[in-house]
Amino acid sequence: MTAMRPTLKLLDDALVERIIAGGFELLQDPGVKVHNRQGLALLADAGADVDLATGVAHIPSRLVEQSLRAAPSSFALYAADGTLAVRYAEDHVHFDPGSSAVNILDAGTGQHRRPTTADYVRYAQLTQVLPAYDAISTAFVCSDVVEGIGDLYRLYLSLLYSTKPVVTGAFGIDTLHVMVDLLVAEAGSLEALAARPRAVFDVCPSPPLLWSDLACQNLIDLARYAIPAQLVSMPLAGSTAPVTLVGALVQHTAESMSGVTIHQLANPGAPLVWGGAPAITDMRFGSTPMGAIETAMIDAAYAQVGQRLGLPTHAYLGSTDGKVIDAQAGFESGMSMLVGALAGINMISGAGMLDFLRAQSLEKLVVDAEIILMVKRLLRGVDSPDQDLGISLIRLVGHHGQFLGQKHTRDWFAHQQHIPSAVMDRGSLMAWQTSGAQDTAARARDRVRGLLASYQPRPLPGEVRRALRQITQRAARQFGMEHLPPLPEGAD
Amino acid sequence: MSQELYTQLALAIIDGDEELAVSLTDQALALGLNPLDIINQGLTAGMDEVSGRFSCGEFFLPHLVMAGNAMKAALTRLEPALKAGGMVRESLGTVVLGTVAGDIHEIGKSLVATMLMANGFSVHDLGVDVPASQFVQAVRDTGADLLGLSALLTTTMSAQRKVIEELAEAGLRDRVKVMVGGAPVSAQWAQQIEADGYAEDAVGAVALARRLVGAAGD
Repeated sequence: MTAMRPTLKLLDDALVERIIAGGFELLQDPGVKVHNRQGLALLADAGADVDLATGVAHIPSRLVEQSLRAAPSSFALYAADGTLAVRYAEDHVHFDPGSSAVNILDAGTGQHRRPTTADYVRYAQLTQVLPAYDAISTAFVCSDVVEGIGDLYRLYLSLLYSTKPVVTGAFGIDTLHVMVDLLVAEAGSLEALAARPRAVFDVCPSPPLLWSDLACQNLIDLARYAIPAQLVSMPLAGSTAPVTLVGALVQHTAESMSGVTIHQLANPGAPLVWGGAPAITDMRFGSTPMGAIETAMIDAAYAQVGQRLGLPTHAYLGSTDGKVIDAQAGFESGMSMLVGALAGINMISGAGMLDFLRAQSLEKLVVDAEIILMVKRLLRGVDSPDQDLGISLIRLVGHHGQFLGQKHTRDWFAHQQHIPSAVMDRGSLMAWQTSGAQDTAARARDRVRGLLASYQPRPLPGEVRRALRQITQRAARQFGMEHLPPLPEGAD
Repeated sequence: MSQELYTQLALAIIDGDEELAVSLTDQALALGLNPLDIINQGLTAGMDEVSGRFSCGEFFLPHLVMAGNAMKAALTRLEPALKAGGMVRESLGTVVLGTVAGDIHEIGKSLVATMLMANGFSVHDLGVDVPASQFVQAVRDTGADLLGLSALLTTTMSAQRKVIEELAEAGLRDRVKVMVGGAPVSAQWAQQIEADGYAEDAVGAVALARRLVGAAGD
């Protein structure tokens, strides 16, 4: 009596195999360029043909295959209280907000501006109370701290205000270790953290077929910590990758396979994710639309490749390239999250984002939460709770047409239907007019206010709170920042 | 002892348990309790709770309709005792409503009936496909304060006008406020046929009814 799970597959099996074969071919010729000494050494020691002068590694297929076999097919992320919260496994689908925006859409002024600590706290509180989000991401960089701690400061605030797993990433080689220190301060020990990881770190190869020193070192260090790494390969079809979707897919496969290889050579069996943030290139503006249907198609297709390789998956979907919360924001985010969910992607990042991942918006986060809950409902499919499919009930009601008063209706409606929040308008015209004739964005502003008022501070022992602050403060001093910005009342 | 029974009765209404509501009502009558107390302290107390939970989004239409059905069944049980004692139920007003002639749509009208009952009105639901003459007769018989006319089809809307005309001919038009509703109906249409008000849905109908009888709180 369980429902059929609706799925979307864009590639037939033969094409999946050809794309994978293409990945193997590209890793041999032209190989992958690695601007990192340790990475090159790992590859060379394992038998890759490494040209130290150019930094190019030609990776034999058997090495890639061996790494793919060593990589775990699943792992989990845990909430602050140690409960399992995210399954990077099979066709489990989760959502988190998009990360690393540089702006926030200010609902008060309508301007895209640099965000501050106060914005981040509000963001973390909002994500914490929205059940649609299975994880929090380190969504944007605060402009009121020194750039050098931009990455770790986001994690610090996330840990203070949220108990959800964190999707994050480091901007530096050294700051990764500070970020791990923060996680360890909360978990108690590195062993405890690795046993029940609370965070996954994005690591981004550079298209085409290139690993920066930073990304490669992060990848190796994460493997050694046994803290989950998320490969975020981002071929831009038509500019940094072939314009054909399939060409971009082959390049994504090769880049991701090279990541798996380096990672598994550093620590076989360490958890990692076959992820990405590809896009097409808009040939009118040179922009890279995250809301384009072709972008979503590349994501769904590479997820199919990752699933075939037996790896957990991630994609960047649910964003809009529009600048405000309007129809474009709704349909781009809605369509792309739907595609990603039907493709069975384990972690779909991108909610809340506008303007090519440049801006986060609290109001868009609550709108996207509605989309997510609808999408999750779709994934539950059409089940058959009644043995006789409801025939006896229809007979019982007869021609009176009154199912509203049936116990069956009362018992099942909340299971069969997703009940949206007040962000969605399903009332009458008159009710809409008398409540101020608000559009989606205005209703979203109201809901953000209401949800923030409902936020309950997370219980966090004083010594952990102090340790987190000390670690962050120490890092800030190294970058010449003597005092961290004050936190909203009651939080420090 | 009686208080406990009233509480149980209220809970039966909140649970939408028609059978239990009826059997508890029978028990209360057998104990010789005052029918008006049974209504006010049991049934209405439960219905107020349901209505409140519906307004704050905790209850949904199925809860409301089930509670309404339970209350209706219990009230039917109490009617003979009320009559015998010459007692009249306290209410915000008496409403006669139905779906007009030629139209057999039931759900919207029934929902309005339930909502009005839930909010303290005494409701006479004449059902569907109700001829104009029957509306007029019911208004006369019950001394109704409000008449609700539902029409779901553009082809049956004109029957709403006919009822209003017949009310006037019977000399009853000034005694009763007429409210109209239904998918094709609009505020403009209401004005055109000289009805007293229009509501778009059941929640709106309650607000309208309260306004028309001059109840406090609107």
